[in-house]
Amino acid sequence: MSEQTTLWRRQIAAVFRLEWRKSLLSRRGWWIYLLAAGPVVICLLHALLTSRSAHPRHSLGNDVLGFATMFQLFYLRGAIFFGCMGIFASLFRGEMLEKTLHYYYLTPLRRESLVAGKYLAGLLAACALFVPSVAASLLLIGSHDRAYSDYLWHGPGLGQLGWYMLVTVLACIGYGAVFLACGLLFRNPMIPAAAVYVWENVNPFLPSLLQKISVISYLKGLCPVEVPLPPPLNVIVVEIDPTPVWIAVPGLLAVAALLVAYTAIAARHGEISYGE
Amino acid sequence: MSAANSPNTLVTFAEVSRFYGEVLGVNRVSLVIPPGVTSLVGPNGSGKSTLMNLMTGLIRPTQGEIRVCGVRPDHPEQLCRLVGYCAQFEAVPKGLTGFQFIYSYLLLHGFGSEECARRAREAIERVGMSAAAGRPVAAYSKGMRQRIKLAQAMAHSPGVLVLDEPLNGLDPMARAETIALFREWGDQGRHVILSSHILHEVDRISDRVILLSQGYVVAEGEIQGVRSEVKEQPMQILVRCDRPRDLAARLFSHDHLVEAKIQGDGHNLLVRTTDADRLYLLLNQVVLETGLEIETVAPADDDVNSVYQYLIGAEGGTT
Repeated sequence: MSEQTTLWRRQIAAVFRLEWRKSLLSRRGWWIYLLAAGPVVICLLHALLTSRSAHPRHSLGNDVLGFATMFQLFYLRGAIFFGCMGIFASLFRGEMLEKTLHYYYLTPLRRESLVAGKYLAGLLAACALFVPSVAASLLLIGSHDRAYSDYLWHGPGLGQLGWYMLVTVLACIGYGAVFLACGLLFRNPMIPAAAVYVWENVNPFLPSLLQKISVISYLKGLCPVEVPLPPPLNVIVVEIDPTPVWIAVPGLLAVAALLVAYTAIAARHGEISYGE
Repeated sequence: MSAANSPNTLVTFAEVSRFYGEVLGVNRVSLVIPPGVTSLVGPNGSGKSTLMNLMTGLIRPTQGEIRVCGVRPDHPEQLCRLVGYCAQFEAVPKGLTGFQFIYSYLLLHGFGSEECARRAREAIERVGMSAAAGRPVAAYSKGMRQRIKLAQAMAHSPGVLVLDEPLNGLDPMARAETIALFREWGDQGRHVILSSHILHEVDRISDRVILLSQGYVVAEGEIQGVRSEVKEQPMQILVRCDRPRDLAARLFSHDHLVEAKIQGDGHNLLVRTTDADRLYLLLNQVVLETGLEIETVAPADDDVNSVYQYLIGAEGGTT
């Protein structure tokens, strides 16, 4: 490994070391913990209440479909989206508000390394919150039912868990890259975040070509259980064939890499202005 | 060109302008700053911080070129090894102790862990903060925060130390120690470029001053040199002698004398003259002819405050 590469690796590690704690253990991020813990608590309550019910009306299918719905509607479109917004958008913007970003800019650190270190720290924080949350929710939602246990340990359950966890990581990678860029490029990242949110949510109603320009369409295609749409949505929504895994996963990674690279270029040409 | 003044030891600004939208930051600044202690003096909005931010690469010039010891500020990987900057911003990253603050940012220079710890300890000791190094920076007073920021700027031993109002918030003892530290660094052949609104301290600290007003450099150089260039303002010279009245009577017959006032205990004569060199020669002549006993002769207005008032027409202490 060349001396230069060793230096960059050290510097990225040093940025990561400074950032991960801020991203994961921030007092201002209490609502992100709530987003991650909320579904776990709900699944636990569901399991407890159902197990105490004399005539549980739940089937294995209800729990599997219930989790799939929760994952697509709450996790992907809500918790992970907003959680990533909270974590990644504040990586740069938060330091600009606190007027501490100049300390980084006054070190002999390539701005590309700074962006990489911050992104990795944000990714670690987001994955550390949402991957265990998704796993715990899936394990708890049907824990009142022996059939669910068989489904998990002797059926397709564990495989599905693996896919859900992968989709969660990919969602953190994709949305993380989007919000990292928003946090550096916009004085108020809430405005582009709102635009992205609207785009991601009107996406199913758009023509198939436009649907491909979104994170959610790739993630949805990777989910192991399809969620049937209730009427009248099933008529309005434009159904498209899910993107094959071998395109969706590298494609998402490539788009995220491009966004991070663009952020790095913007950081390289950026100035420190705290709006004074 | 001597080694001390080779381009690789100078901080140079060539026709540098910086605008914030339509607002002028600095305009057509051309400077050559040699090693030593240099003070930037000027009122709020005169462009001091803009110049500092430009030379440390935090902002870029709209026009012109800057070189810091031969390095352009848009190459932070090279520049920030040479430069340490204690900026005006008070904030320090949250959740860190004084030691962690310095140590963590030293790691970004690529030093090994032990080297960082050693340098951090040395820098903290240099600013007299060893006892508080383990406490969170958030619990520091303003003066302690200023000192830890100073330690952070100095920890990697930069050849160019840039300090925006570094004496702010320091108590008199800390001020004296910090000034001594700047002098020591300046005497080592490093650049110490600072701004301060305490002008009599600027006199004590600086080898040279740069006076700024409304984004323009109005004067620069050694303070006495700058003063002597202000021809339209008579120089004030204080003469302490045994017979000031006789001396005043002799001096009034010369056309370069503008005013003479007896001050203090009756032995001080404050003389205002348009030609200091002629006055000094005249004093020699008077001593020889009359046997006058002169205790001291000292310029009374070649300090930054006076020059500042002459050039900028404002009260120096309000920068």
